[in-house]
Order: sequence, then C-alpha cells, then structure tokens
Amino acid sequence: MNMSIPKEVKTLLGKEVILEWRHKYAINGVLLYTISTIFICYLTFNVQRGGLNPFAWNALFWIIMLFSAVSAISKSFIQESSSRQLYYFNLVKPISIIISKIIYNTIFLVLLSLIAYSIFSLILDNPVQDQLIFLTSVLLGTIGFSISLTLMSGIASKTQNNGMLMAILSFPVVIPLVMMIIKITKNAIDGLDRGESIDEILTLFAIDIIIGALALMLFPYLWRS
Amino acid sequence: MHLLKSHWWKILAISILVYTLVGGLLMDVPRLNILNETIRNQYFHVCMWFGMILLFIGSLVNAIKYLSSNSLKHDIRSEAYASIGILFGILGIVTGMLWARYTWGDYWSGDPKQNGAAISILIYAAYFVLRSSFEDEIQRARISSVYNIFAFFAMIPLLFILPRMTDSLHPGSGGNPGFNFYDLDSKLRMVFYPAVIGWTLYGVWIASIKIRFEEYKLRKENK
Repeated sequence: MNMSIPKEVKTLLGKEVILEWRHKYAINGVLLYTISTIFICYLTFNVQRGGLNPFAWNALFWIIMLFSAVSAISKSFIQESSSRQLYYFNLVKPISIIISKIIYNTIFLVLLSLIAYSIFSLILDNPVQDQLIFLTSVLLGTIGFSISLTLMSGIASKTQNNGMLMAILSFPVVIPLVMMIIKITKNAIDGLDRGESIDEILTLFAIDIIIGALALMLFPYLWRS
Repeated sequence: MHLLKSHWWKILAISILVYTLVGGLLMDVPRLNILNETIRNQYFHVCMWFGMILLFIGSLVNAIKYLSSNSLKHDIRSEAYASIGILFGILGIVTGMLWARYTWGDYWSGDPKQNGAAISILIYAAYFVLRSSFEDEIQRARISSVYNIFAFFAMIPLLFILPRMTDSLHPGSGGNPGFNFYDLDSKLRMVFYPAVIGWTLYGVWIASIKIRFEEYKLRKENK
C-alpha cells in the first residue's frame, strides 16, 4: 500500500493516459476547438488580402493557446466523480496526484501547441526567425500554464459553477506568464540576438519554479476538503 | 486612561492624516520638471500603493495562518485586509489616473505599472467572486486561502520584476525626474513618510471594524 511518490506518479500518469485514450472526445474536442479558432481568426482577419503583422500574429497565437489551455485543463478534476476522488484520497498521497496531473497536462499542452503552431504556420504564415528560442518559450510557457491552470482547476472543481470560475480565476494569475512569453517570442520573431532573450527566459523559468513549488505546497490543503 | 491605551493608534492615524492634508497641500515642495505642483499627489497616490501592498501582505499572512491553524478568526482577517486592500488599490488607480491626465496627457497610457496595478485588482476581484461561490464556511475559508497565497506570489513578478524590465513613464524610472532617493528631498520626506504610516493605519482601522463585525456575526451564529 505504501508506494513511493515516483511510483505513484507513474501509476497515476498511466491511468490518465489510458482514461484519455478511452474517451477520445476530450482530446479531439480540444483539438477541434483550437483548429476552428485558428480558422475563425484566419477568416476574420482577412489574411489573404491584408495579412497579419508579426506582432498581431504573436498575440493571436498566445491568446488562442491560453483559451485552449483553459478549456483543456478545466476538465482535469471535474471529469472524475467525487466518489472516485474519495477513493484516490485514501489510496495515494496528494503530492503524487498533483504531480501526475501537471506532467500529463504539460505533455498534452506541448503537443497541442506544436499542432497549433504548425497549423498557424500553414495558413497564417510563419514570421518566426529564431525557431529554437520560440520553441523554448513554448515549452517553458506551457509548463507554467499547466502548473497554474491545474491548481486553478482543482480550486474551481470545488465550487458549483466551475466553468466560468475557472476562467475568472486563471486569467489574472497567468497574465504575468503571458506577458513574459510575449516578450520572448517577439524577440524570436524579430530574430534578435539570443543574448537579448536570456534574461527573460531565466525569469520565465524562475516563475515556473516558484509557481510549481507553491502548487505542490498548497495542493494537499485543497485536496483535504 | 484605558481608552487612550487601546486607541492611541487611531488618534495617531487621524492626527497624521490631518497633518498630511494640511501640510501636503500647503507646505513648500521642490520644483521638478513636468511634475511641478502635481508632486503633491505623492502624499496620496503613492501612499495608497504602500497601504495596498501592506494590507495584501496582511491578508496573505492570515491566509497562511488559517491553513496552519484552521481557525476561522484568521480567515475573517484575511478577507477584511484583502477588501480594504482592494479599496486602496482602486483609490490608487483613480488618483493615479487623474494625475496622469495632467502630466502624461491621458487617463490611461498603458504604463507597465498601471497595467500591473489593474491586473492585481483583477486578481483580488476574482478572490471575492471565488469566496462568494461557496456555501460552506470551512470550505470557503480553506480554498480561498489557497487561492490567496497562490495569487499573491503570481502577482510578485507583475509588480516587482516586469516593470523593471521595461521603461516606464513613471517618475523615477526611465530617466524621468521623480521620487527616487536622489530627488526625494527632505521637504518631501517630512510629509511623505508620516503619510504612508497614517494611511496604512487608517486602512487597518477600517479593516478592524469589519473584523469585529464579522467576528460578532460568527459568535451569534454559533450560539
């Protein structure tokens, strides 16, 4: 019964993947959500005629990613019934639950953002000049998103009207992350010297670590109720 | 005598605020480019931010105390400090906007500090929406404490790191004349430092009335 934390995380992670694979509607739903939003942007911004300037491209990409991430992660605690949560409560440590959810959501979001990025490049053009910096910030940004959104989804799942609350709670909390990401990706789009972005990347990394540590410390209190 | 012992800080707050109002509007101030007489807004606008941060820290400390002790007393404090903090925040933004209208030419010019302040108000507004969505007191206290702590630390890069990475129109940064250590001369300090203390004490006083009221309600319900 007394498994170590890494072992529990591995088991729970496997459970998440199997669960997701059985109900494919969740993955497909989010994927379709993202793709149709990109397509709406393509049509409404009238890209064929006017085109999108790189600054708007960048902002649009991250707004779409933010909304997709919120709708993808908001279900991570809601989808399971309260009786099953009680079962987990007795079975595993809370830390392993939050770690496994964060890892799972990060993998999911990274895949989602890569897909979104390729569709973006396909139909909305790709102004990015420095791919490495752009992908690094995508990776660090999605880690940050998945940490804070997973905790917010845990909070929202305890309330009655969790759909709206999820958005209200998470938007102000992720704004600092988004602002940091936008700065880095703007540098990457303009193809600035990499030394210019190092400071911002380190700051983003530090923010990720701080919110990660907070999420691990706070989740046990949330889980107990 | 007993009255004086427990209420001395309220008397102090009032007398400092009277001094701030009179001294702040009448005493001599240094002439700086662009700012001129509007520098007097420092006694009100800047103090609001100091007060807001201190009250939010008070709210954070009580949220942590609640999670470690589970006594509703701390949750009441945490909420009261947060609500007065948000009041100070709104007053700070309004006084700042009025001032910005006459020095920068616009109520809102997208300054990083302006944006950061607006977002931190959004965060605490979300905190109150979250609070109001619970029926159960214990659950409300625990979950909103968790959000309070997380949101406070998510706000830190916004208020203290991001504004330093971009140039700001604010006095004291980006080469503008302002309130930094070199420009803050003794005439300003004579009113500014007491004003910060006075406004913060005033905020704590409002919060303490709210706390007493809520604690009374709690006792009444438990009877």
